Amino acid sequence: MSARGAWAVGVWLCCLALAAWAALDARYVADLSAFLPSRPTPAQQLLVDQLRDGPGSRLLLIALERGDVETRARLSAALAHRLRGDREFSNVGNGDEATAARDREFLFAHRYLLSAAVTPEHFTPSGLERSMQETVADLASPEGLTLQGLAVRDPTGEMLTVIDQLSRTQAPRPRDGAWTSADGARTLLIAETVAAGSDTDAQEHALAAVRAAFQDAVRDSPLPPARSVELVMSGPGVFAVASRAKIEHAVMRLSAAGSALVILILLAVYRSPSALVLGLLPVATGALIGVAAVALGFGVVHGITLGFGITLIGEAVDYSIYFFIQSAGGAPERWERRLWPTMRLGMLTSVCGFASLLPSGFPGLAQLGAYSMCGLIAAAAVTRFVLPVLLPRNFSVRDLAPAGERVARRLRAVRGTRAAVPWIAAFCLAAGSIAVLLLSRHALWSRELSSLSPIPATELRRDAQLRADLGAPDSLDLVVVQGASLDSALSGAELAARALEPLIAQKVIGGFDSPAVYLPSRASQTARRASLPDPATLARNLDEAARDLPLDAGKLGPFKSDVEAARRGRLLSAADLAGTSMAAGLETLTMRRAGGWSALLPLHAADPSRPSIDIARVRRALASAQSSAQALDLKQESDALYSDYLREAMRLSLAGFLAIVVLLLIALRSPGRAARVLAPLVLAVLTVAAVLALFQVRLTILHLVGMLLIVAIGSNYALFFDSGDRDGAEAGPTLISLCIANACTVMGFGLLSLSGVPVLEALGTTVAPGALLALIFAGILTPAPPTPAPPVHA
Amino acid sequence: MLALSAQLALSALLALNLPLARAASDDLPQVMRLLAARRHGRVDFVEQHFLSVLKRPVESYGVMTYDAPNRLEKRTVEPRPEELVLDGNELTVERKGRTHVLDLDAYPSILPFIESLRATLAGDLPALERVFDVDFSGDLDRWTLTLSPRDSKVSKTVSRVRIDGSRDVLLKVEILEANGDRSLMTLRDHPAP
Repeated sequence: MSARGAWAVGVWLCCLALAAWAALDARYVADLSAFLPSRPTPAQQLLVDQLRDGPGSRLLLIALERGDVETRARLSAALAHRLRGDREFSNVGNGDEATAARDREFLFAHRYLLSAAVTPEHFTPSGLERSMQETVADLASPEGLTLQGLAVRDPTGEMLTVIDQLSRTQAPRPRDGAWTSADGARTLLIAETVAAGSDTDAQEHALAAVRAAFQDAVRDSPLPPARSVELVMSGPGVFAVASRAKIEHAVMRLSAAGSALVILILLAVYRSPSALVLGLLPVATGALIGVAAVALGFGVVHGITLGFGITLIGEAVDYSIYFFIQSAGGAPERWERRLWPTMRLGMLTSVCGFASLLPSGFPGLAQLGAYSMCGLIAAAAVTRFVLPVLLPRNFSVRDLAPAGERVARRLRAVRGTRAAVPWIAAFCLAAGSIAVLLLSRHALWSRELSSLSPIPATELRRDAQLRADLGAPDSLDLVVVQGASLDSALSGAELAARALEPLIAQKVIGGFDSPAVYLPSRASQTARRASLPDPATLARNLDEAARDLPLDAGKLGPFKSDVEAARRGRLLSAADLAGTSMAAGLETLTMRRAGGWSALLPLHAADPSRPSIDIARVRRALASAQSSAQALDLKQESDALYSDYLREAMRLSLAGFLAIVVLLLIALRSPGRAARVLAPLVLAVLTVAAVLALFQVRLTILHLVGMLLIVAIGSNYALFFDSGDRDGAEAGPTLISLCIANACTVMGFGLLSLSGVPVLEALGTTVAPGALLALIFAGILTPAPPTPAPPVHA
Repeated sequence: MLALSAQLALSALLALNLPLARAASDDLPQVMRLLAARRHGRVDFVEQHFLSVLKRPVESYGVMTYDAPNRLEKRTVEPRPEELVLDGNELTVERKGRTHVLDLDAYPSILPFIESLRATLAGDLPALERVFDVDFSGDLDRWTLTLSPRDSKVSKTVSRVRIDGSRDVLLKVEILEANGDRSLMTLRDHPAP
């Protein structure tokens, strides 16, 4: 080993050790944040908060299916009891009578602070007469039968007002003390986790806790039909856990399968285990350095970045293939001199492509860029500087030159004698592809973030079903009010509510929820308390009001003492709601954030069958009421965010492509040669895009990344063909090395297209055919050299 | 004398009671059959509520429609328009522009108010007897059903329901609540439009 070689190995080992330390020390996250902007605008921040910690994100929808209604109701009670004892859940609802009774008691006790009808006017003789007239009518109505007991304490009907304020949405119906779907097929529960929806580990733990509690409940149930009851769960946490598991599972399985296939191919080709081990060194080094670079550069490593890491294998494994096969015959020095510059240029081209992803605001893409760049440079460096040193003296791989010659002869036959023919065919193909892409340009790109979601449609339908049963619509339209304190956020919510109220009558919205219904702001509470008259005034006004009414004012003593108690009582605070479902309501509709609080007012569509809301009219109504509240359409915002990413990724890819063009112009010192290198790559990208469009595949951001990868990987092929001399692609060993490298790439990415995970499938279906086409086009479009190259090893 | 008059009195009582006892055994099923045979009815109602919290009774009136076997519609006109529809076990109340849907099973306190009327109209004696102890008096042309809730939970709200009728027509429904409040509904054939 020469001194220079020893240096190389020493540096390599040091780098490996440092990288291993950085990779082990890194923080790995598997949450949504890979898909969320790293530098959000204020509106995006609201969206991000919503997606990560919003009320919806912590909600688990639980359904019990099969078995009879009564058995399910018993299980529901047992399950709810267990979950309520679990600190992981802040709120568990199943429609039980105990909670309902506590709720009623709380509402009744605090009705004068909670009812929006409580104003000074309400307690004047005419105000009292009006509200008591209503109560008399209520008493005469069939519903009044349940209210008679209340009349002496609440002749102004405050309890009804409070209940009306709360029951804006249709709640599920309790049957045997448990919420049951209208058709009786499902018994329903909701559980809200303490942990944020974006904390996938905590969500996974919570799901396991629900499953365990359910199994305990079934085991302890004295009813034999309990065994047949099935547990079904849905909600954002369920989806997050399922999609992470799916991606992890797919990445593991495919990495294993891909590696096994590549190893098999290499073993078959090299017929040498030591060559195989040496050949995998650049890939392994590249992967490790890539992870370390991301960890050092970003602080955290996204799980999905590791998933994309499989793409690195696709290119890095090629390097050792080129080295071993091209330097076969025991001449690494000649390879270094003649072929390494070509490979280095190919590597730099790829690095240019990936560098363009670095400035992306989409953390997943930026990390992919950093990972690939550093990984490729490391893999190429190991191939160039370390592999030659480690090569055993008597090292040899199977002689593939004859096979290469056969391929070369075929290639020459295909090219024919007239160089123009392949180029004319290529122009036709390019024109056809461009025509297809132009024709389908409006439906070419998917604009929805959900296109990246690995959740199958059947599970989304089940989620919608459970939400409909529970009356818990997926709140996609929201009004958000910010405040320095919880109380100021609640005040803001009250102001916004006054602006929204008229929109219900105008059928712009069907209704809305507000946290201020559960806990009015202190200002509102104070005003309501101040509206309550002193005992003497109340007695006088009551006598006057009841003069012409059938109500007997003399029997209303309990009412007077309740009003007096409220007048002297203290205001409600969030702590007073503990133990009621109102506490959960308040908690879900308020969020603590840096520097204050947000109050959320989810909007309900006027027509449930067409759940779209004219958000512009909502914004106008809020603005004209001087409300600082912001109206958000979460789906629209998240799709807009995704569209931004897509546009940005297109711009960056284009910049990367231009960088590659400039690099080739400088390195090749000839516009013609640069054009010849680029032509097969552009043609491969166009053809793949056109074929995807023909199959009605909506292109996503990952297809775009795939196209970048076609250029990155394909540039190696094109450059080797371009070098044209007797060491270039025309030579048998070089040609066969390209074919084998290509086979490995197509195999690896082909597997991705079978993963069932949309992001990985998109990569696979783009890169596998693209890499193959890039090789074929590069071979065919390179002009035949004037004289056939003589066999190298002869 | 004393013995004789006692015997007379006894026989008079027996004379009075015997047909009654027979009527109870024969007429109740017959009334039920008649009621069950009636598929549709439409009547005006006037309901008086005698409540302790009220100085004088409150009156409401409207139209009630029945369709066999289990649809009952009560449309109140005064003092405030309101509609109550019972279809199967689902109770829909429309009041002040809002619609509330209730599952009857979930509200045991409302059940006797509704079930007494519905089961009687349907001539469904087993259904009545599930909820009430049924006492029948009178004859086919003028009968009275006295219903006492069997369930102690129900009898906490309603102590007795009394329905007066003639053949297949209901004339009066009186509901006596446990707290002493009372409502009396008088029914009259709805004039044909």
